[in-house]
Amino acid sequence: MIRKVQMAVIGGGPAGLSAAVAAASQGVTVEIFDDNFIPGGQLIKQTHKFFGAKQHLCGTRGMDIAQILLDRCTQHNVIINQQATVTGVYANTLGVLYPDKFEEVEFKSLVVATGASENMIRFVNNELPGIYGAGAIQTLMNVFGIRPAQNVLMVGSGNIGLIVSYQLKQAEVEVECIVEALPQVGGYQVHASKIQRMGIPILTNHTIIRAEGNEQEGVTGAIISEIDKDFRPVPGTEKYLSVDTICLAVGLTPLADLLEQCGCKMTTISELGGRVAVHNHYMQTSRPDVFLAGDVSGIEEAVTATLEGQLAGLAAAKYMNIGNPLIIQNKMNEILIQLNEFRDGPFGEKATYGSQRLLKEYSYE
Amino acid sequence: MSEDQNNLNHSTIPEFLTDILPPEERILKRPVAIIECFQEIPCNPCVDSCPQNAISIDEGINRIPQIDYDLCTGCTLCVPKCPGLAIFVVGVDKEDKTKGSVTIPYEFNDLPQIGEEVIGLNRQGKPVTPAVVKKVIVSKITDKTAVITLSLPSEFIHEVRFFKRQSSK
Ligand SMILES: Cc1cc2nc3c(=O)[nH]c(=O)nc-3n(C[C@H](O)[C@H](O)[C@H](O)COP(=O)(O)OP(=O)(O)OC[C@H]3O[C@@H](n4cnc5c(N)ncnc54)[C@H](O)[C@@H]3O)c2cc1C
Ligand code: SF4
Ligand code: SF4
Repeated sequence: MIRKVQMAVIGGGPAGLSAAVAAASQGVTVEIFDDNFIPGGQLIKQTHKFFGAKQHLCGTRGMDIAQILLDRCTQHNVIINQQATVTGVYANTLGVLYPDKFEEVEFKSLVVATGASENMIRFVNNELPGIYGAGAIQTLMNVFGIRPAQNVLMVGSGNIGLIVSYQLKQAEVEVECIVEALPQVGGYQVHASKIQRMGIPILTNHTIIRAEGNEQEGVTGAIISEIDKDFRPVPGTEKYLSVDTICLAVGLTPLADLLEQCGCKMTTISELGGRVAVHNHYMQTSRPDVFLAGDVSGIEEAVTATLEGQLAGLAAAKYMNIGNPLIIQNKMNEILIQLNEFRDGPFGEKATYGSQRLLKEYSYE
Repeated sequence: MSEDQNNLNHSTIPEFLTDILPPEERILKRPVAIIECFQEIPCNPCVDSCPQNAISIDEGINRIPQIDYDLCTGCTLCVPKCPGLAIFVVGVDKEDKTKGSVTIPYEFNDLPQIGEEVIGLNRQGKPVTPAVVKKVIVSKITDKTAVITLSLPSEFIHEVRFFKRQSSK
């Protein structure tokens, strides 16, 4: 017999947890499916204090925010299925794969909050052992407490590259330098400043062109080079760095496969990180029973993931005619104001621009 | 890393730093917070952290924080609350103007001892002066961020923003 839930949520990061709590608070019965063995998504790896306004739990460390959201789920009787990988979404069922079994779950509404996957870049020997994505380094360090390296070359100076460099230093790992292909630092100045005053240079207009080493020993070094404005290496500027690990923090792409597979209308918007599902203000896709939230709707932050999750959860309740529609509408309006307030700076411009383009496509329906 | 690689034309601290520094007379009166946060980012815990309401952010949360140096008492409460670790408190000794102090947020396990001699580092991580650890605060309120005050020659109070222990590499 197929198990039935009113609302299913795929992904247990800040977006999924917030969606679940928002819907459950309106009386919806909710189950979350997360493929990890600890729920919390990216948050469980974040040992630093988060940005944002007070009502968004800013100044609190990411891992503590995860705990706060998990406590709220418990209060609202949200069931979290762990090590539960959703392998497919069909008309009104999910296929869920556990370590020891497979099950189908029927839903009335679905929130997809699968987050993002890390990008890779091309350079010679980029398949050597010792080349990691920033997420893997963080998991080893901050979830398992393993010191992942002795000395690292960090590629990418966005907030993730800057924050992971800082966390490596906290774990007593040397960070030789950060290379950034663009002429300026990608992340926030305050994060870059704390890296620089520890003596970690940030080399802009630079990239990695080759990893040195072999299959047995892994990475033993890296060759970096200056690049011109067309991103071509400038001959004669190559430098050798003796490092045992290369960490890539070169951007994220929304994990939108399930949305595409279940028939949501998709579009490509580079400001949002790639292929995303077209959706309205309330995070409803072209399939009225399917909603989305968080990095899967465009790469942003935990705060916007949380707010979008709340919107998606409330909108799903409304779609199912559960809860008081007036109260739900008022709450949704409030959240929309907060989202706009958060995105109202130069760093929010991309997201604002991206979501406006999305809305345009949605309204052409 | 060689010197020239470390030489950052890409330094993220803008030249207009001098524009935000309080007047010298103000620093001589009592310690004062310096906020080195120069970009419009969605963030505002500094505003609520200050019991004197000396820090403000205009409309919303994205504008650059402003500080009223007359209201600031130099209490250092804001220092651990800033997730950007961008707030420092500087002071000059009234009796002996050659002596100064800098208060720094510090999130590493190897806490220095009070009285320990350390090496003061500038914004690029270069050693600039010896300094002595005067105060170390770690409490529940600071949530694992230690607040460390260094004594150093007053000529370096606008330069030293980090330190390393003699024992570290
Ligand atoms: C180093 C770093 C520092 C950051 N710092 C900040 C910061 O200071 N402030 C801030 O606001 N944000 C910060 N962020 C960003 C923030 O962590 C993310 O934007 C946020 O976690 C996105 O939330 P999410 O719920 O969309 O996705 P995630 O947190 O990625 O959660 C998605 C979850 O879905 C699961 N999943 C995916 N596919 C499936 C499937 N098929 N079946 C089951 N489960 C699935 C994943 O395993 C994961 O647990 C940082 C991110 C990083 C990497
Ligand atoms: S040092 Fe004290 S008074 Fe000055 S801004 Fe910080 S919290 Fe306010
Ligand atoms: S808390 Fe720190 S990083 Fe955030 S706005 Fe204030 S000074 Fe800037």
